[in-house]
Amino acid sequence: MKNNVNREIPDQILNDYNYEGFKSAEFGNPEIQRVAPKVTAQTGPSKIVESVKKVVADTLEDGMTISFHHHFREGDYVFNMVMREIIDAGYKNLTLAPSSLTNVMNDIVVEAIEKGTVTNITSSGMRGSLGDAVSHGALENPVIFRSHGNRARAIESGEIKIDVAFLGVPNADEMGNANGMNGDTAFGSLGYALIDAQYADKLVLLTDNLMPYPNTPASIKQTQVDYVVKVDEVGNPDKIGSGATRFTKDPKELQIAQMVNDVIVNSPYFKQGFSFQTGSGGAALAVTRFLRKAMIENQIKASFALGGITKPTVDLLNEGLVERIMDVQDFDKGAASSMKNSPNQQEIDASWYADPANKGAMVDKLDVAILSALEIDTNFNVNVMSGSDGVIRGAIGGHQDAATANLTIISAPLVRGRIATIVPEVTTVITPGESIDVVVTELGIAINPKRKDLIDSLSKVPGLPIFSIEELQQKAEKMVGAAKPLEFTDRVVALAEYRDGSLIDVIKQVKD
Amino acid sequence: MAADERLRRTMMFVPGNNPGLIKDAGIFGVDSIMFDLEDAVSMTEKDSARYLVYEALQTFDYGNAELVVRINGLDTPFYENDIKAMVKAGIDVIRLPKTESAEMIHQLEKLVEDAEKEFGREVGSTNLMAAIESAMGVVNAYEIASASDRMIGIALSAEDYTTDMKTHRYPDGKELEYARNAILHAARAAKIAAFDTVFTNLDDMEGFVRETEYIKQLGFDGKSLINPRQVAPVNKVYAPTQKEVLNAQNVMAAIEEAKRKGSGVIAMNGQMVDRPVVLRAERVMKLAKANNLLDAEGNYIEK
Amino acid sequence: MEIKQTAMAGTLESSDIQIVLSQGSNGIEFDLTSDVMKQFGDDIKQTIEDVLKAFKIDSAMVKVVDKGALTPVIKARAITACQRALDMKDQPQWEVL
Repeated sequence: MKNNVNREIPDQILNDYNYEGFKSAEFGNPEIQRVAPKVTAQTGPSKIVESVKKVVADTLEDGMTISFHHHFREGDYVFNMVMREIIDAGYKNLTLAPSSLTNVMNDIVVEAIEKGTVTNITSSGMRGSLGDAVSHGALENPVIFRSHGNRARAIESGEIKIDVAFLGVPNADEMGNANGMNGDTAFGSLGYALIDAQYADKLVLLTDNLMPYPNTPASIKQTQVDYVVKVDEVGNPDKIGSGATRFTKDPKELQIAQMVNDVIVNSPYFKQGFSFQTGSGGAALAVTRFLRKAMIENQIKASFALGGITKPTVDLLNEGLVERIMDVQDFDKGAASSMKNSPNQQEIDASWYADPANKGAMVDKLDVAILSALEIDTNFNVNVMSGSDGVIRGAIGGHQDAATANLTIISAPLVRGRIATIVPEVTTVITPGESIDVVVTELGIAINPKRKDLIDSLSKVPGLPIFSIEELQQKAEKMVGAAKPLEFTDRVVALAEYRDGSLIDVIKQVKD
Repeated sequence: MAADERLRRTMMFVPGNNPGLIKDAGIFGVDSIMFDLEDAVSMTEKDSARYLVYEALQTFDYGNAELVVRINGLDTPFYENDIKAMVKAGIDVIRLPKTESAEMIHQLEKLVEDAEKEFGREVGSTNLMAAIESAMGVVNAYEIASASDRMIGIALSAEDYTTDMKTHRYPDGKELEYARNAILHAARAAKIAAFDTVFTNLDDMEGFVRETEYIKQLGFDGKSLINPRQVAPVNKVYAPTQKEVLNAQNVMAAIEEAKRKGSGVIAMNGQMVDRPVVLRAERVMKLAKANNLLDAEGNYIEK
Repeated sequence: MEIKQTAMAGTLESSDIQIVLSQGSNGIEFDLTSDVMKQFGDDIKQTIEDVLKAFKIDSAMVKVVDKGALTPVIKARAITACQRALDMKDQPQWEVL
C-alpha cells in the first residue's frame, strides 16, 4: 500500500509486523491500556553484585530484550562492558532496545549481529559501521526506528517489553538510588533512561561512584532497581558532552541562523511566555544567540525551553530570559553541570517530553521548534535517517515529536558539498511534511503553503527572501546537477515508525 | 566616468583559487564581489585561479552583485591573459592593482578593448577601477580616476601604501589620513566611487565599526571586506536614520508633485529643491530600501 | 594532442577536485575516487572527458580525487590540468573556454 506520505509500504511488512500505514500527525484521544513490569520483591540491605558477568548470568536468557541509554554518548563504557560479557557468554537471539546507539557502540553491535547474539534492534538511530552493516543487510530482521517520544509510548504499551535494562549512572547507593547530575561522569538529565527504569522487569545499575545511603536527589529510585554493580569506570568524562560550546564563525551557518531568527521574531508566536526547542549543532546554537538579542530588545521572556539542552540555553535561564528549562538530555558540560544547582532546570523523562499516547506531553505546549534535516522534499517531508548514498546514518531523536510545535522550522543549507538538501523526493520520510511549517536555507525560506497565516506575516518582512519549496529545489539542482537515483534491492532492512506507532517508511538494502 | 549610482557599500574579496568560497560568495548580500587573481593566489596557481573564476562567472548565480576581478599587475606575465579571460567571461569590472598613473589605465583600456573585439563583447561594456597602493598613486589619484570613461572607482589599498610610506598600519588610522582624503577628492572630482581599504582583524568588530563610521563620515562609498561577517556591520553604519528617510520621502513626494503638475521646478515647504538635495534624497531612499527599512508600501518601519 | 608531461590541478579541499593527467596508451582511462560516487561518478567523468576532447586529447590516464566539486570547478580544474599537461600553461586555448 501507499501510506499518506506517498511511500510504498510492502503489504507483507504490514501483515508480518502488524503495522498500519502512516495516516496523519493527529493523534486524537484514544483510550490506551498500559502494561506494568514484573517485580521481584527483595528486602535485603544491599543490591550490590560483584560483577557484570554475574549479573548477566543471573538475569539474562536467550531471546530476551535488553536496553541501555545513550546519555554517556561518545564517552560510554557501559554498553561495551555489558555487551562483551553477553557475547562471550554465548547468548543468542536477543533484541537490543537502547534509547539510541552512538558511534562507540557500533563495532560491538556489528559483532553481536555476526555472532547471532543480537537478532533484533530498535533504536532512535545508528551511524557509522553499524548503519553501514545494517544497510547492507547484516541483520536478518529489520531494525525498527522510533523517536524518543515513540519509544516511551512503545514501552508503555508493551510493544517494547524490556526484560533487562543495563543503565550506567554517575552515582548510586547500594540500594539503587541514583541521578545523572553528580560525579565525574555526570551527564545531567537521565530523561531517556527513566522510562527503562520504570518499565523494565529487571533493572541493573552500573556505577563507578558508590554513594552513602540514601543518595539524593534520586531520579532513579531503589523501588525500581534489582542490582547495583560497581565498575571501574562508566564513561570518559571528556567525551560525554561536546566541550565548551563554540559559537560558529561559519558565515553560511550564521546567515541561516540570522534568517531563522527573523522567521521566529516576525511570527505570531514570538510573544511573552513563548516556548522553544533548538537542537545542538552550529546553526542552532547561533539561533539561540540571535534569539537572546531579540528577546532583550523586545522585552520578551520565554516560559520554557525544551528538549536537548546546551550551555547557551542555560545562559538564557540564568539571565532570566527563560523561566524554565525542561531537560530530557544535556548536550554539553555546561548544561549537564548546571542542573544540580538550578531548580528551574527540570529533569523530564521521555514520556513527559514527547509521548503522544499521554495525558499531555511537553511538546504539545511547544511554540517554536528549530530542527535540522539531511533532506527535505517538495512536500516538506524530512529525512534525518538515510545519507545521500542511501546508507543509514542518522537518528530520529525527537524530530517527529518536536515537529508538532506550532511553528516548526527546518534549518539546513541548500546544498552540502555536491549534495542537494532540498530534493524532489526524500530517500526516507521520517517526519511528515504536514508537521513542517518553514524551511530556512542560506538563500531564503520556503513556507508550507497550508500555513497561509505565516505566508501573510512573513511576506511583510522586508528583505526576507521567500521562495516556493519547488523554487528552492530547482536552485539546488541547478547548482549541483541532477543526481543519479540511488539503487536499492527489494529487501527491507529497517522500518521507520511515526510517533504514533504507524509505519511512515521502510528502508531498503543498498545496492553497491 | 561610468554614470551609474549603484550602492557600493561592501566590496568583498574572494580568493580566486578557492572553490568553496567562490561558490558561496553570492549569498551574503554584498554590493560588489571582488574575485582576486593577484595576492590571494600563489605564483604557481595563477592559471588555475584564472580558469576557476572564469568557469564560476559562467555558471554561478551572484544575484545583483557587481562582479569585479582583481587581475595581476601590468608588470607580471599573467596580466594579459587575465584580461582576456575576464573580458571573455563578461566581468563587470576589472580592477588594476598598484596603479600609479593614467598611462597604466590607458594601457589596460586598450587591451580590454582588444579583448572585447576578439571575444565579441560590446566595446565599452567592461568597466575599470584602480587600486592605489603607493605614494605615486596617491599623488596621481585624480589623473588615474579620470583616465577613462570606463572608470567606476578607485580604492585605497593600505598595506602596500603604508609600506611605501615607511610606516605601517596603526589602530587610529592617522597614517592614512592624507591618502584617504586625496583618493576621495580624486574620486569625487572624477565623479566615480571611492572605496576604503580592508580591516583585517576579524576579532576586533568594534574597531571595524569605528573605522567604517569614520570613512562614511569622510564620504567614501564603502569599504573593502575580507569576510562575510563584515557585511552586516557596514550596512548598518550606512543605514540612514529615520529622520533622513522621512526627509527624503518628502523630497521624493515633491518631485512626484512637480511631475504631476508638469512643473520643472521642485518645491518643498515653499522652498525650491535643488539638484544636490534631490540626489541625496535618492541615495537615502536607495539605502533605506537596501537596509530593509521600508515596508511593502514604502513606509518607514518603526524599530 | 599528446600529453607532454604529467600534470596536476586542484586540491583536496572540500568542494574541490584534484585531477592528475598522465600519458595513457589505451584511450581515456579513469581512476576516480569521489565522496559522491554513486550520484555523480558518471557525470564527473563525462565533464572531464568533454574537456579532454576539446583539447583533442584522446589518450590519457586520469586520476581523480573528488571532494564534492561542482561542475564548473571540475571543468576549470580539467582545463588547468590539460593546459599544464600539454605544456601550454601560458598560452590559454581560448576556443576551449
